[in-house]
Amino acid sequence: MSSDPHDLLAAYALDALDDDERERFEGHLADCEECTEQLAVLREPVAALAYAAEGPVPRNELRNRIIEGARAEPRAAVIKLPRRNWALGAVAGVAAAAAALAIGLGLWANSLSSSLDRERSANASYRQAAELLTGKATARPLVGAKGSLLVAQNGRAALVVCGLSGAPSAKTYEAWVISGKPPEPAGLFRGGDGCSPVLLTRPVPGNATVAVTLERAGGRAAPTLPILFRAEAT
Amino acid sequence: MSAAAQSPIAISVVGLRAPWNEVPMSREAPQRTDEELVEAVAQADEDALGQLYDRFGKVAYGLAYKILQDAALAEDAVQEAFLQIWRGAGSYRRERAKASTWLLTFVHRRAVDLVRREQARRTSPAVSEPQGSGPGADEAVVARSRREIVQDALRRLPAEQREPIELAYYAGLTQSELAERLDQPLGTIKSRMFTGLQRLRVLLAEAGYGSA
Repeated sequence: MSSDPHDLLAAYALDALDDDERERFEGHLADCEECTEQLAVLREPVAALAYAAEGPVPRNELRNRIIEGARAEPRAAVIKLPRRNWALGAVAGVAAAAAALAIGLGLWANSLSSSLDRERSANASYRQAAELLTGKATARPLVGAKGSLLVAQNGRAALVVCGLSGAPSAKTYEAWVISGKPPEPAGLFRGGDGCSPVLLTRPVPGNATVAVTLERAGGRAAPTLPILFRAEAT
Repeated sequence: MSAAAQSPIAISVVGLRAPWNEVPMSREAPQRTDEELVEAVAQADEDALGQLYDRFGKVAYGLAYKILQDAALAEDAVQEAFLQIWRGAGSYRRERAKASTWLLTFVHRRAVDLVRREQARRTSPAVSEPQGSGPGADEAVVARSRREIVQDALRRLPAEQREPIELAYYAGLTQSELAERLDQPLGTIKSRMFTGLQRLRVLLAEAGYGSA
């Protein structure tokens, strides 16, 4: 039972970790630039293995299923952020990009695996969020994660996020309100099992986008790219 | 960099055009690289998603089928992986990985998760016969040569390194299951996989893989 997470790089690259091991390793990966670099190197030969698989050819319908599935997703074009206005430059972006890729992979793997539990949990969370907002709220789908952005008429807003991996140690998720100015911080949260409501700490105007990034514990004054998921207020 | 981007496989999809294009895309239009396609998918470009499928759908399905040994499950795995790509393309960073690597990572993980859930693990990497309507002649040549390079490199690995890599990648075994199956300590399995992948990388580079 070795506990050095660096031992797990090859197994992780080969998807040979069980769910718990994978989650723990992804937590480590988010903080370990060296692992991220080594993983990128190992992933090349791993991906090459796909070409040696010699499976049959897919039916032509599969392409249509995929395109139709994509069309059915609530999906807006990615917003262009005023990157040069951000306090943090490209250096932070590279590290965060690696972390987000790892988390993104874990997140999506999780989000597809336990839809029933999540639905139950989502219903309870929506109720809680609605109570927090104390008023009629519109729900907007999240792009990049399961869940919704709820915005009340007075601009009070909450995120309900489902199936989000808990933030790695020394990290936090941070929400941002973006409306024609540099993004403004709107609250920190940790994610975790099921669905959880997060009340945003600042109002969300009708033209705004709410975005979530992964930041160091305690949060930051300006977001580190990339955006993990987001929603448009209208 | 990407072999797939420059291979004849990609050529068959030129001529699809996005509905918002005012000028029909000419057949001489420059091919978008795999990386450009993923970045276009991040902008909700359905046509780019279709082109990625045209480039990688066959290898993705072949891989998923090999792992799952079931056509319907393999289709599900590929579809779900491509939808993950559709949703997650915004997190792709070309300085971190080739688009093909990034994309196949989703496919593999989805297939492995499915096979574990189905509890239908294979006892050994299965060899399946190609079926269905095959690729065109040029595509087949490119696909075969790429496949042969990788298969040849795999054969050159010492068996003690090849076995855990194949059982993990094609059969979805976890490292603990590998240790049990191969009757070796977990630490040995870990280091053999690591050394094996490093060696495979060198062998592939020597064979010109990925630089075509």
